[in-house]
Amino acid sequence: MPHPRSFIAFGVLAGAIGGLLAFVFAWIFAEPLIQQAIDYESGRHEAQEALDRAAGVSTGDHEHEIFSRAVQGNLGAGVGIVLFGVAMGALVAVVYVVLLGRVGQLGPRSLALLVAGGGFLGVFLVPFLKYPANPPAIGHEETITVRGTLYLVMVATSIVLLIVAVAVGRRLQARLGTWNASLAGGAVFVVLIGIVMAVLPSAGDLAANVAIYGHHATETPLPLEDAEGTIVFPGFPADVLAGFRLYSLLAQVILWGAIGLVFGVLADRLLRRSAERSPSSVHA
Amino acid sequence: MSSMSSTPTAARTPVVVSLPSAAMWLVGTAVLAVLAYYFIGVDQGMTSVFGNNTVIHEFVHDARHFLGFPCH
Ligand SMILES: [Zn+2]
Repeated sequence: MPHPRSFIAFGVLAGAIGGLLAFVFAWIFAEPLIQQAIDYESGRHEAQEALDRAAGVSTGDHEHEIFSRAVQGNLGAGVGIVLFGVAMGALVAVVYVVLLGRVGQLGPRSLALLVAGGGFLGVFLVPFLKYPANPPAIGHEETITVRGTLYLVMVATSIVLLIVAVAVGRRLQARLGTWNASLAGGAVFVVLIGIVMAVLPSAGDLAANVAIYGHHATETPLPLEDAEGTIVFPGFPADVLAGFRLYSLLAQVILWGAIGLVFGVLADRLLRRSAERSPSSVHA
Repeated sequence: MSSMSSTPTAARTPVVVSLPSAAMWLVGTAVLAVLAYYFIGVDQGMTSVFGNNTVIHEFVHDARHFLGFPCH
């Protein structure tokens, strides 16, 4: 029987590869958009300062960065995304070991793809549908705690409801067959997560935002207006936002896809080798 | 996704890792992974265990945005 640490080591390796690929993708496609968002942010900041000066209000001090943009966009982004991949690869390995041989007639590689797919759904995609990724310049300082909590609540509920859906599917498998039981489990997930999404507030509907800006879906900056209501600085560019979100989504597809494929191959080989060593489990 | 081409391995009896004996490895790994998730995405934003500075936040800042975590 293979030792669990072998699976975990393979999960870490698969996660590092997935993270590295996702980082290369981010470095090519997302970093230019992050820079555009930061340029928008500083341009808007200057326009706001000019408005404040005209109105006779003194503006606060300029915040300075600990790390240069070059460090954040290259080394920092790389370390962050690769470590995220490693952590998720390790989690996939843990779930894989728990499920191996306990969820019906799945081959080693199919199970790896399904576990990674579940991780993608629960950790990223479903929370993303309610609270999508945002580039810099979107998000108000005073709501970070509420937004952070809401996001983590979405992640936790998505994962818990995925587990519930799998449990429901397994329960029904004997009665409905694998296909229909899977559909039933999926339906349970969609209905329950739909209720959770309907109940949780959108970022724009948080009390602090409604008080200042009125009801909006998100915290995306609106056009900046002077005292007469003339627009002096545009709202956040829609194309930058759309591009950033699309690339954020694709990077996670790359990351989890690589984890599923690489880990599946490694786990398959490990299982095959250990089966060869203990003849009792070959061709049972 | 469920219909992968069947290879000789598909027919093999699945090997099950005994969970009680693997518990320490599995729980330990899961805890470390969740800690990593927390420090990459959450710490020094909404909460902070490393005091009132933003070194981690700033260093992984772009990754945090791109991975979908709420930021500024
Ligand atoms: Zn930020």
